[in-house]
Order: sequence, then structure tokens, then C-alpha cells
Amino acid sequence: MNTRSPGTTTRSDSIERSSPEALDVQSLRREFPILAQSIQGRPLVYLDNGATTQKPQVVIDSLVEYYTTLNANIHRGVHSLSQRATEAYEGARTKVAGLLGASAAEIVFVRGTTEAINLVAWSFVRPLLAAGDEIVVTAMEHHSNIVPWQLLCEETGAVLRPVPFDDRGELDLDAYVRLLGPRTKFVSIVHVSNALGTVNPVEEMVALARARGVATLVDGAQAAAHQRVDVALIDCDFYAVSGHKMYGPTGIGALYGKQDRLAGMRPYQGGGEMIASVSFEKTTYNRVPHLFEAGTPNIAGAIGFGTAVDWIERVGIERIAAHEHDLLAYATDRVAGLPGIRLIGTAARKAGILSFTVEGAHPHDVGTILDREGVAVRAGHHCAQPVMDRFGIPATVRASFAAYNTRQEVDALVDALEKVREIFG
Amino acid sequence: MSDLRELYQEMILDHGRAPRNLRAIEDADHTAEGFNPLCGDRVKLYLRVAGGVVVDAGFEGSGCAISTASASMLTEVVVGKRVEEVDELRRRFRGLVTGEVRDASRLEELGKLAVFSGVCAFPNRIKCASLVWHALESALHSEAGAAPAVSTE
Repeated sequence: MNTRSPGTTTRSDSIERSSPEALDVQSLRREFPILAQSIQGRPLVYLDNGATTQKPQVVIDSLVEYYTTLNANIHRGVHSLSQRATEAYEGARTKVAGLLGASAAEIVFVRGTTEAINLVAWSFVRPLLAAGDEIVVTAMEHHSNIVPWQLLCEETGAVLRPVPFDDRGELDLDAYVRLLGPRTKFVSIVHVSNALGTVNPVEEMVALARARGVATLVDGAQAAAHQRVDVALIDCDFYAVSGHKMYGPTGIGALYGKQDRLAGMRPYQGGGEMIASVSFEKTTYNRVPHLFEAGTPNIAGAIGFGTAVDWIERVGIERIAAHEHDLLAYATDRVAGLPGIRLIGTAARKAGILSFTVEGAHPHDVGTILDREGVAVRAGHHCAQPVMDRFGIPATVRASFAAYNTRQEVDALVDALEKVREIFG
Repeated sequence: MSDLRELYQEMILDHGRAPRNLRAIEDADHTAEGFNPLCGDRVKLYLRVAGGVVVDAGFEGSGCAISTASASMLTEVVVGKRVEEVDELRRRFRGLVTGEVRDASRLEELGKLAVFSGVCAFPNRIKCASLVWHALESALHSEAGAAPAVSTE
């Protein structure tokens, strides 16, 4: 169990920050063709990475390359192209597994985090539930880690129990421990909050659940491209990620599941690919992870995802984390220094996300004005309406960072916020 | 900046900051709710109609400057108008914010609502301006008490 307490700087953090091998952001930016364009006659300042990251040229090329030289269906053709496409697809699985500290057999390709959570809900959790049983989530979940459980609860009479958080956006771990009771059948928690940026102590929370025999899922959508994720260290039963938030294509993601968990699960969808043999008398299923990949999968997407993982490893996830940490600290200082700003989410451990409101200006109006200055942010409830309700606000403005963002872009954000004050001040 | 000034005209900012008729009407005979799930804007419109004429209008809700100002100004302009006139105004307003109405003479017909002429340059803000007008249509033309919440999605 990782006993790091919130707010303490670990040795590796301080090594990263003093590392002479800081990111060469300018050369890295040149790998992203989309960043060279202008928006509203100004250089694009893309600070909506929590929604989706941009894609480096190598990822774009890998999609073109696949359709240009490799396209074939996988796992069935005896011909050479099919063989090579299968190798590329399975190679991508190995890469994703490597990034997360898993083995390839523990990685299921899915459409994204949302599908990963739904898969676990229906294939693993659903058979465990009876009326009155409980599923524990946090009060800072994305809707995608709320609604699948509500659907299960509607069907089974189970109850969803959210762990509250405080005014800074830190979970109440005492309340969490109290919520873990004899009826708790599953715990599904977010690693990094998309609305607040809080990095939750998932190692500790997983350990507390495990000690009571409760299996866990960690939603890593906002974590995996921003810090080193090691599923063995977290020791969760399931971990979910989206490729498009990790410099990869849309429509592809991964579910990590411990081998013994995946092996005991019923299929999610039926179809080709997930079977060993079919007759009208009896169908036998393929082995995991293929059992959970019914139908022809997103082959190009998986290969592009694998290329994105290569890119992350080449740049270095620790260096990306250190760079984003620096940017977040700088942005927090600069934005908080403006009049009328209220930061939403001030936890001691945060990653890459700065959420705030501007006094006298609705986030939607702020978003429009920022867009006219070329600055792309998210303005809204971030698919986390319970978080907005907790703070008594309808929405926030959210700037979220990636490896290619710079301090100059933070300055552009601050300048654009001055424009908001000129109009609404 | 100029199209931003065109969008956020002084009258819009004023109504956004200090909306008029921000109140529920106890004895309203026409009500409807509007919701924009994209940004969370909500509005509930209350109308009282007597002898085919709107005699009182109010609203409750929270939203951006554009949607708040639109609701505020709607409650001002519809009072004293016959339902058919309100319907005509609604059609003209729609033409204005979608950019179909441009020429000056037709803008004049809209009176002070012409301050919303900048909205059409911001396609993703058209729904903010039109939300309360959708609610208006629903309030006036759905069965009393049965008006469903309108959604701009």
C-alpha cells in the first residue's frame, strides 16, 4: 500500500523537477500539426486536454499507414495481411499493457473509459447484486462512473453510495471507511477528478476495500497520460482508460482487469471474435481478453493507441508529469491573482486541471470570450453535475494541460481573462 | 473584439446583470420550462393571458448573460401584446438570432430586441438566446398544465 500522504513531495517528484532533462516543449509542439493553426486570427492555445488531447504526427501517420498497407480483418484470415494486422493489433495490446504495468492478457480493448465501466458493471458486478446491496463511488465522479451503476441499481434494487469531499475537493476517507459495510459489493472510484483535478489516494482506498473483500475499479481517464500509473501498485481489480485522452485516436480505450477477475466474468456482448465454436446446441467462448471483444474491433484505433503509448514512453511520462505540474502551479498562481476568481478544486494533490469561476460572468460567456482570443477551454458542468451542486454553481471554466502546453499559453489565458473583465467588469 | 462588443451590447449586459421580472407569477395561466443540457441554462417562464392579451410575464432561472438577458427582455416586450403578435415576434426573433434577418427595416420591427443581432456570429450561442423563446411557444400553445419542458438539445 502506498502511504504517501496528501501534499507531501516524494523524492521522485523532487528529482523530476530538478531534472536537467526537462521537456523540450518547442520541439515537441512541432510534432502536433494542429497546434500550428490560428483560431479567430490568433495562435491556437489549446487548454481543453481534459476533454481530449491533440494527436502527434506519428499517431496520425499510424492510422494512414494501417489503412494504406495493413488493412485486413484479424484473428481469422490465413493470408499475410490478416496475419500482419493481427500482429499489429496484438502488439498494441502489449504496449498499452506495458504502460500500465499489466500483462497483455489483462488488457481488453474497448471504445473508451465509459464502455470499460459499463462492461465491468454488467459482466462482473451485476451477477453479485441483490436488493439492498451497495456500490460505493465518490461524489466527484464523471457521469460515466455514476449512470452505469444507477442502471444496475434500478434493475436490482441495489443502492449507490457516494463518498463526500470537502471544500478543497479532497475525499473524506473516514466517511469512505464508514461506507464500506457488509452490503458493499463493489467500489468504483475516479483516480483524477476531471472537474477538480484532485488526485485521489486510490492505493489506500483500494487497500481498504480489499481488506473487506470488496473488488475495485479505478477510472483512470484523467490520470494515465499525466502520471505513471502502475496497476500492480494500485492493486485495483480493474482500471479504465481512454486512448483519445492519451494522444491517441477516439473510439479506442482499454480496460485492465486482473486475470482471475476477467476469467470469472460472463461475456459482455455476443458475436464473432468472442467465441471458440458455435452450434445451435452449444457455444463455447474464446479465452480472455478476446471473450470481451465481440465483433471486428477498432483495429486502426488500437494500433494508433499503441503508437500514442510509444510516444508517451519516448517523451517520458515522468517528464510529462513534472512539466504539467509546473504549468499547473504557474497557472494557479497567475489565475488566482486575478480579481473575482474563485478556484474550484484546491486539493493538495492535483494533476493538470484548473477549474474556476469568474465573478459576474457566467462560464459560458467566459468561454466565448476566451475563444475569440484563440484560447480553447471547457465551460460547463464537465459531466460532473454533482460536483457543481456541491459547490453551488452551475458550471466552471476549466483549463486542462498536456505535455505540449507552455507558460506563454498560460499567459495568453490570463490576458484573455482580462478581456472578460473589460466586458463584464 | 468588435464582434464580442456586437454580442455583448450594453443593454444585454445590463439585463444579464439585473434581469427584469425575475419572479414567479402565482396565478400564471401559462408556464413552461426550458433547459439547455449543454451548458446547464435553465429558465421557467410564467405568463398571464387575459382576453387574448399577455397581461403579465415573469421568469425564474439561471444562465449565461445571453440567456438571462433574452428572458428578461422577453418578459418586457410581450406584455400588452396579443398572442398572435407575440407569435409573430417570436418568429422574427428567431430570424434575427439565426442570421436570416439582416436588413435595417426588418431589424427596426424588432425594437430593442435588435440588440441580439450579434448572436448570429456565434453559432454555439444561438441556443442561449432562443431558449426562453422556445419556452414561450410551449407555454402559449401546449395544453394548460401539460407543457413539457423544452430542451434545446
